[in-house]
Amino acid sequence: MQFSRKHLGIPYAVFLLVFVAAPLLFLCYYAFTNGQGQFTLRNLSGFFTDPNTLGTLFYSLLVAVVTTVVCLLLAYPVAYILAKSRLRSRSVILMLFIMPMWINFSLRVTALKEILTVIEGNLAMFPFLNAIIGMTYDFLPFMILPIYTTISRLDDALREAAMDLGADSVQTFLRITLPLSVPGIISGISMVFLPAMTNYVILDMLYNSTYIMGSLIGSYFSAYNWNGGSMISLVLLAMICIFTLLTGGGEEETGRGGALL
Amino acid sequence: MDKQTDTIIELHGITKVFEDGFKAVDDFNLEVKRGEFVTFLGPSGCGKTTTLRMIAGFDNPTEGDILLNGSSIIHLPPYKRPINTVFQRYALFPHMNIYENIAFGLRQKKTPGDVIDRKVRRVLDLVDLEGFEKRKIQTLSGGQQQRIAIARALVNEPEILLLDEPLGALDLKMRKEMQLELKNMHRRLGITFIYVTHDQEEALTMSDKIVVMNEGRTQQIGVPEDIYNEPKNAFVADFIGESNIFNGMMTGHLKARFCGGEFDCVDDYEEGTHITAVVRPEDVEITPPGQGTINGVVDSVIFKGMHYEITVLSGKNEMVIQTVHNARRGDRVGLRVDPENIHIMIAEDHTNLFFADVTPDFRLEYNGHRLDTSLTAIIPGSTRKQDGTLVDGSGDVLEPGRIRIQISLQPDDIEMTDDQEAGLVIGTISNLIYKGDHYSYIIHTELEQDFVVNDEFLWNMGDRVSLLMPVDKMKFILKRK
Repeated sequence: MQFSRKHLGIPYAVFLLVFVAAPLLFLCYYAFTNGQGQFTLRNLSGFFTDPNTLGTLFYSLLVAVVTTVVCLLLAYPVAYILAKSRLRSRSVILMLFIMPMWINFSLRVTALKEILTVIEGNLAMFPFLNAIIGMTYDFLPFMILPIYTTISRLDDALREAAMDLGADSVQTFLRITLPLSVPGIISGISMVFLPAMTNYVILDMLYNSTYIMGSLIGSYFSAYNWNGGSMISLVLLAMICIFTLLTGGGEEETGRGGALL
Repeated sequence: MDKQTDTIIELHGITKVFEDGFKAVDDFNLEVKRGEFVTFLGPSGCGKTTTLRMIAGFDNPTEGDILLNGSSIIHLPPYKRPINTVFQRYALFPHMNIYENIAFGLRQKKTPGDVIDRKVRRVLDLVDLEGFEKRKIQTLSGGQQQRIAIARALVNEPEILLLDEPLGALDLKMRKEMQLELKNMHRRLGITFIYVTHDQEEALTMSDKIVVMNEGRTQQIGVPEDIYNEPKNAFVADFIGESNIFNGMMTGHLKARFCGGEFDCVDDYEEGTHITAVVRPEDVEITPPGQGTINGVVDSVIFKGMHYEITVLSGKNEMVIQTVHNARRGDRVGLRVDPENIHIMIAEDHTNLFFADVTPDFRLEYNGHRLDTSLTAIIPGSTRKQDGTLVDGSGDVLEPGRIRIQISLQPDDIEMTDDQEAGLVIGTISNLIYKGDHYSYIIHTELEQDFVVNDEFLWNMGDRVSLLMPVDKMKFILKRK
């Protein structure tokens, strides 16, 4: 067989097959079968009828929305200032924002827990607030990076053109910079919103009682109800797909942001 | 019309020093009349774009003042100046359609919708893109984007339109068309245009007035004909059109010696003045040998479509000629130039420029003398390959027959000696001027070249001297044939 560049892709294809495609098939299989391995739609109907599941879904959405909004409000000004600064050290400053991500996850969250304990005294008093703080702390860099990348790629001439045509700095920002940084914002949202719905490990480590979709799935699996857990995962996956399709343009930016990491 | 209303914008002593200490513009002065088409012309980095940006308000001058209709606008931000810009890469807003792009400026001024409609349609008509309102920017060709950029600026009815190399990204044919269109637009609208380009032909075609700039300084301001026919210095002569530029000397009343011959000229300078002579390639006539002012041998002939470009070597001097008549390499010819077509300036820069030969074994020679240096040391990034060939930094092979090395040497660095064998070339002192603490000599060499040499000792006119030229003081420039 002749060697071609295509063959370099084989290892990844194998990886994809074994660790992504196959588990997905298993997931579908379990989602649409009952404990005896017979086909059923009860898991699906159960998802939308079980008040506990739906309640958790809406609460997760709330946590995710608030986390995303807080991240966006914190990240956009930082990303904007960094991208616009003429500092030669701006990559160093950017690094400082990203650096927490290089510290071991559990160490980082544990440290956060200790800090919050000192401030609040009892962590159980503000479960929602702490959930938001924990998530924001963990996901903020994922919001900063794509926005930073998008803004720093904007041609300065566009802003100058707007000023030239009579727009002051505020109008220039609202009509040029902000609309043109939407791809970065969308990409940041997609990198924060979905993990914020499911990443219950952070909450567990913060001794947080907030119950989100991830926690629900975890509880199903630890009770050996693989079928119910699979269906919830599948529904979440479908939601992710729909979200990504709706915001199509974000992927490219995600790739760039990822490259920066 | 009195002067007050005649002049629209004045720049007084504009200097721009950037944060890193780079002086982009140095003492720039200009008055532009209402309705004029003024072009800033110069090589990249000459400060032309920076000057334009200061007029637009994107950069602030370090020193100096800009007056619009007699009052200073230096403290006005760009959005308060009645000036609009066409950007080099158009800078159209990618998230808006063509209508919204053009309407942007009007919307900022809270213009009523029906007025916007009418004005947008009118400028689209002006740039020949009627019916393009709803199109996206990305679907337009470069030329169309350029027209939209012009329309977007013109719709605001600015007092001055600034154009920053607007045609730079277009291909040659499109550029020619747009040049004519812009010129027509200017004529029809009567708006003052300030245009930036590095393309001298573009500047000559379009402008009422050209400002030639180099290294942040104004070199010459004038109408295109004057800039072309009466360049003020060697830079302008070299930059505008193609030129043969020679060092030389006035040898008598209306007589100048350069390029190995004595030419009649119409510029009257004192005998002995060190001059720079400029001859346009199209002004040189080829005659049978012996019937011109100088004789030479055809070194190369290149067909250029409209004409032939012929290089003739007269001794060590090189004359480039554009003519419709063909010649063959090796032909012996005579050359003559009409006195009117020889442009003489008093030399400002006394740097001696001459060529060294590259021998087949890659050594440098001047007048049969080996120069003690190597080509790899002279040409940045070049290396000798195992097989003996020489390649430059980008890997191109340099053949000895196809390259020459231009040497520049300052008058202070050349020394004169009586020992005829000691120097690289022998010459006769044909002029001397006392400069206070030294004498400035012009030496006419056996190779028919004039060298300027500074020496603190007094020599006599007519002395035969040998010129010592230290290799370590020479600057080398690679020229490809």
